[in-house]
Amino acid sequence: MHIMEGFLPPFWCAVWYVIAIIVVGYGLYKIKNVVDEFPESKALLAVSGAFMFVLSSLKLPSVTGSCSHPTGNGLSAALFGPAATAVLATIVLIFQAVLLAHGGLTTLGANIVSMGIVGPLVGWIVYILLKKGGVPSKINIFLIAFIADLATYVVTAIQLGLAFPEPNTMAAITKFFVIFAPTQLPLAIAEGLLTVIIWNGLMTYRPKLLNKLGAIADKEI
Amino acid sequence: MKYENIILALLVVVIVIAPMIMYSGLGEDQGYFGGSDDQGSDGVSETGYQPWFSSFWEPPSGEIESLLFAVQAAIGAIIIGYFFGYWRGQGKEEE
Repeated sequence: MHIMEGFLPPFWCAVWYVIAIIVVGYGLYKIKNVVDEFPESKALLAVSGAFMFVLSSLKLPSVTGSCSHPTGNGLSAALFGPAATAVLATIVLIFQAVLLAHGGLTTLGANIVSMGIVGPLVGWIVYILLKKGGVPSKINIFLIAFIADLATYVVTAIQLGLAFPEPNTMAAITKFFVIFAPTQLPLAIAEGLLTVIIWNGLMTYRPKLLNKLGAIADKEI
Repeated sequence: MKYENIILALLVVVIVIAPMIMYSGLGEDQGYFGGSDDQGSDGVSETGYQPWFSSFWEPPSGEIESLLFAVQAAIGAIIIGYFFGYWRGQGKEEE
C-alpha cells in the first residue's frame, strides 16, 4: 500500500495531506481524551502501535507469487477508533519513509489516508455494527483486521487510479486493484489470525479495560 | 481452547509457506516474490510518469534495508512483550 516517494503528482499529494492532517489532528485530540479518562489505556495504545510496527515490517509471500505486507491497523481501530489509528499509522509511516525509503514524505498524506484512515474506518464500521448485533469479539476482531487490511489496499488502488487515469479513471483503478488485491487476500487472512492471537492475550489480561474503551460488550468481561 | 493460539499461529505459517511450495524453484530472476508496492510503482511508470521527488536517503544495500526492517519489527516486539509481561506480573486487573 506504500505509494513510493514522488509517485503522486503534487496536486494529489496536497489533497491527501489536507485530509490526513485534519484527521490526525482530531486523532491526537481523541487520544488525549481517552488517556485522560483512562490513564491505564496508555499501555494498550503503545501495544496497538507496536503491533502495527511489527506487522507492517513483515513482507510475506502470497499465492499470487508476489510479496506484500499486512498493516496491523485493525487492532487499534477496534480499541481506539479510526482517528487514533491515524496517529499511530503516521508514526509507522514516517519511520518507514525516512529510514527505509519505503513510502515517502511527499506521499505520506496519501499513505496515512489509506493505512491510517479509510482502511481502519471501513473495518471499524463493520466492527461496531457486528458488536451491536452480538457477534463475539473474537470473530469480530478477525473481521476488522481482515477488512481494514484489504480496504487499505483498495484505497491505494483508488488513489493511484485517480492520479493516473489512463485510459480512464475506472480502468486505472481496476488495473491497480488487480495488482494489489489478489496478493493481499491471503495476507489479510494471516493478519486476521495474528490479530486474534494478540486479542486472546488482551482478553486474558485486560478485559475490563477493553470493556471501558467500548471494544467489547459487558457480557464478555 | 487450550491450543487455540498455537493452531492460529500454525495456520499463519501454512499461509506463508504455501506460496513458496507452489512456486518452488522460482525466484526473483523469474519475476517471482517481488513486492506488490513496487509493482504498483511499475504500474505508474507504465503511464510515462516521472517521479518528481526522490528519497533524501535510501538504505545503501538490501542487507542494510533488511537490518532496518528487523529493527522495526524488534522495536514493536519489545513493546508488546514488555506490556504483556507487565500485565501478567500485575495479576488480576483492578476495577
